[in-house]
Amino acid sequence: MIECQLKINLEGFTLDAKFSVPDQGITVIFGPSGSGKTTLLRAIAGLEKGDSGFLKVGDSIWQTDDNFVPTHKRQIGYVFQDAGLFDHLDVSGNLNYVKKRKTGLKKVFIDSIYTLLDIESLLNRRIGQLSGGEKQRVAIARALLTNPKILLLDEPLSALDLKRKNEILPYLDSLHNQLEIPILYVTHSQDETSRLADHIMLIEDGKIIGNGPINEMLTSFEMPLSHSGDAISIFEARVISRDTDFNLMHLEFNGGQFIVPDNALPIDSLVRIRVAARDVSITKKKQSDTSILNIFPAVVEEIVPEGNAQVIVRLTLNGVVLLACLTRKSSASLKLDKGSSVFVQVKSVAILN
Amino acid sequence: MLSETDISAISVTIKLALLSTAILIAIGTPLAWWLSQTKFKFKVVFEAIIALPLILPPTVLGFYLLMTLGSNSPLAGFLEYFGGGSIAFTFSGLVVGSVIYSLPFVVQPLQNSFSAVRIESLEVAATLGASNIDRFFTVAVPLARSGFITAAVLGFAHTVGEFGVVLMIGGNIPGETSVLSIAIYDHVEAMEYSQAHLLAGGLLVASFVMLIFVYLFNRHFSLVRSRDW
Repeated sequence: MIECQLKINLEGFTLDAKFSVPDQGITVIFGPSGSGKTTLLRAIAGLEKGDSGFLKVGDSIWQTDDNFVPTHKRQIGYVFQDAGLFDHLDVSGNLNYVKKRKTGLKKVFIDSIYTLLDIESLLNRRIGQLSGGEKQRVAIARALLTNPKILLLDEPLSALDLKRKNEILPYLDSLHNQLEIPILYVTHSQDETSRLADHIMLIEDGKIIGNGPINEMLTSFEMPLSHSGDAISIFEARVISRDTDFNLMHLEFNGGQFIVPDNALPIDSLVRIRVAARDVSITKKKQSDTSILNIFPAVVEEIVPEGNAQVIVRLTLNGVVLLACLTRKSSASLKLDKGSSVFVQVKSVAILN
Repeated sequence: MLSETDISAISVTIKLALLSTAILIAIGTPLAWWLSQTKFKFKVVFEAIIALPLILPPTVLGFYLLMTLGSNSPLAGFLEYFGGGSIAFTFSGLVVGSVIYSLPFVVQPLQNSFSAVRIESLEVAATLGASNIDRFFTVAVPLARSGFITAAVLGFAHTVGEFGVVLMIGGNIPGETSVLSIAIYDHVEAMEYSQAHLLAGGLLVASFVMLIFVYLFNRHFSLVRSRDW
């Protein structure tokens, strides 16, 4: 568990963050530019010092009202936005910088980090010879060598073009799957959030306005993310079988089975599915003569207007929450109301890994 | 050929320049670091004081040094109390004068290259477990190395080239405080132009070589850093 209550006054800006997040998985700190995401991360690292506060990561207390552990004594891994590699040293020099200061690192541990980020072949390169994606990999490896209790990533992909982003995302997936420490990941990208987050912490004007599991944060009408034509729902499913005749695969989730184009994922693998609210339509009776394959029974939980002409409907499919974006007219003619039993038709889904 | 007094002037000069440069780097480094990092409101006052030797006539500086360090000064009395005495007209006096006179030539390049060290680099080092002093020596100093080369060479060359201050505070005592620039002046006074040529020409070539070295190093350095592909 990470418990944090930090207040920091900077010129013209106040960060007042009180939250706790679980000590596993990726928590994405999401918010617009200037909302205080980076300041929060810096405060956790001890790079910004507030007047008062409390910070506890695992069993280490890093800050209380009368005790402030300086950055170099906190067991953190911090990856800066532009990687922050020392360019007076080469790649091994950058990594050795940590090894010289942390004694007793086991070779197995070091090797596992090198393998995880695939940097063995980069060791003799100069920093200027690395691509943006390679720099980030080296920076993440360097941060992990400190054997941190928490990994802080400050928009690690924001300086990269799409190609480089796609190059490094699989490495972030493996961090996600293999690391046992909590990761705080700052971003303002919805794509990165939906692919990587287990939890989302929403920050606005220096205040935490919401904090919880990803789909809860995406679909709760208390949260701003659901009030948009771009609203999405995210949930997990498992590959259970494939249909070789039509080159499709079947994904099972609590609400039923999705049929999607086969992307060669092995049977039993877990996948993360993203459904855009725009791609969900609602019928009262189950349609049979339709091209849409993914139709599930659902119950309407809540309806809120979105703009003048549209509504966003939150539905549950046997416990799984899904958003649909409809016109107000459709909602009225279907007489949708809280508790209505309906069928949802999902026109398309995205598989995120 | 070089006379014995010429050779002793050269050796005094080199000794003076080496010692002054070492002291200048030792004093200038923390001073330049402080100036590059501080948000102190009156920092500009310190910058102005350090820059004073750039514009003051060396004789003015030498005069005040003489007043401060001479045998009738309170400082000399203070030193005498501890078994010392006036350091005017001694080699130590020359060193003190040179250090003050050449301070801006060392502090300014150091301050510039320290200012160019991004704070982020130091913060990165902190997150990797490096303490304040550790960060300074393993990140700030290596990143500012071109500043150190420039500072050392300028400090050395400027000390070699000084005239007014050393004349005022040193008094041209052969083997003790008689330096190269004064030796040249003496030769010219005595109309020994060939010997003046020899010393002046040697100084010219040496200064040129030193500057070439600085520019080459800094160019090589910036090329290495900016190469990117």
